[in-house]
Amino acid sequence: MSEELVFIPGKWEIPYHYAAGKVSSRFFVELRDNKRLLGVKCPQCGRVMMPPRGFCERCFVAADEFVEVGPEGTIQAFTITMEKWPGNPDPPFAVAYVKLDGADTAMLNYVTGLDFSDLNETSEKLGIGRRAKAVFKENRTGQVTDFEYILI
Amino acid sequence: MLREVAIVGIGQTKYTTTRNEETYEELIFQASKLALDDAGLSPEDVDAVVLSIAPEALFGLDHPENWVVGAGAALNKPVMRISTGGATGGSAAQAGFFHAASGLFDTVLVVGTEKQGDTPDTQLILNKIMEPRYEIPFGLNAISMTAFQAVRHMRKYGTTQEQLALVAVRSRANALNCPYAHLRAKHTVEDVMKSKMLVWPLKLYDCPPRSSGSCAVVMMAGEKAKKTGRPLAWIRGLGATSTTYYIGDKLSGTTFNEHGEWDELALAVKSAYRQAGIKDPSREVDVAEIYAPFTIAEVCAKEALGLCERGQASSLEEKGHWNMDGKLPVNPSGGALASNPIAVTGLARVAEAALQVTGRADARQVGGAKTALATAIGGTYQFHTVMVLAS
Repeated sequence: MSEELVFIPGKWEIPYHYAAGKVSSRFFVELRDNKRLLGVKCPQCGRVMMPPRGFCERCFVAADEFVEVGPEGTIQAFTITMEKWPGNPDPPFAVAYVKLDGADTAMLNYVTGLDFSDLNETSEKLGIGRRAKAVFKENRTGQVTDFEYILI
Repeated sequence: MLREVAIVGIGQTKYTTTRNEETYEELIFQASKLALDDAGLSPEDVDAVVLSIAPEALFGLDHPENWVVGAGAALNKPVMRISTGGATGGSAAQAGFFHAASGLFDTVLVVGTEKQGDTPDTQLILNKIMEPRYEIPFGLNAISMTAFQAVRHMRKYGTTQEQLALVAVRSRANALNCPYAHLRAKHTVEDVMKSKMLVWPLKLYDCPPRSSGSCAVVMMAGEKAKKTGRPLAWIRGLGATSTTYYIGDKLSGTTFNEHGEWDELALAVKSAYRQAGIKDPSREVDVAEIYAPFTIAEVCAKEALGLCERGQASSLEEKGHWNMDGKLPVNPSGGALASNPIAVTGLARVAEAALQVTGRADARQVGGAKTALATAIGGTYQFHTVMVLAS
């Protein structure tokens, strides 16, 4: 009897176009057309949520009041990716959760303009509490990657 | 009024990267058969089956529960799939308990398998668990979402990378005593520190292997369980909490659920300890099987579980407190840092805890263990489960 083990090739290739919904669409359009970042304010607790979403899960009420936040803010957490994974940009790259001024929660994005030759030094620069600023790309398409953070 | 429930049978397969000699359903069959044999039962004795199956993209079978009914001894019986990401096994064990405790079913088989060795792209798949509008484009995956936690904990408590390395060293050394463990090695702190930096500050050896394999436990209502004459691991307490998807909501330092603290696990274990009558867990828990796929995750968990004060897990680690010969051994099996078959990592913690309190853990047995904890964690550190098992 053969000891050979057989493998059946397979691949999931499924296209999706995720409807961003009314609330997030407003955020993306404003980002694309006017280089402004909008959070959503909870009508009950007043919490300004970034990224914006259509309800406050704590108060359990719908939310649709937009408030401009940033463009500056404070780093709350960061990482530096040094490994290549499929679908990811080439390493090294840094991302950070920044609480933009006027917002109560932090939003993720790339931090660019960093030197990665000494990671301890880079992590020091990116430290929690450091100030950062959203900068907007020249060609914007209405995606979250239309902006990124730089240290200030 | 809930009935008492005991674990009467356990089945685990060897965890390895690939399981090329079996299909997905054959692995389900293997663990089911092992657990039923261990309990001295046949498939006809099973009244209901709970399937422990995590995100299906990990092994590329859509709606996998449809072809494991026979393999899971579920023909002509009710079957229910439970899925809470990494916490799946912990949630499935709790669902098994609910089935038997409710009085509706006497004997319940909880079984699942993981076969992520069938794809090389685990982290690509784990990127897809993120929010498509706002977070997928940033390459977020299980390792980076944990790195945020490490950065927060290091900042608040001064936890060092070398202290985290000790968790990996202990886990992989413990795994040498566990025949099912995947990554069994005598690592040194230096080995961990020199391993490849993946997502700062987490290095390759701070992370789990990609494991495949299956696990099953048989639960039985108390009165019936006592008649089996089998060694019984009693489920004395359980708790579960869930929290927000948004990591960015957990970073302000002003909210209850801080990403670097695991307050939700503290909440879950509070009710579990109350049910089990445990007042001082640092003295009353004999051994803990903690679902911690990353070194920092174990640190956060031990502190949230009240096994030590906040910020003290790492200094205790340096003193050998969590070692096999320490005051409170953690993960004698090697835990998730040694084997991480995602769909059943949480169920394996329950199985290992049950083996400990029945004195059946062989070379990894903690002497005289009477009370054990088993935890699980899933999503973006959202789903926490904990179970107290006792002899």
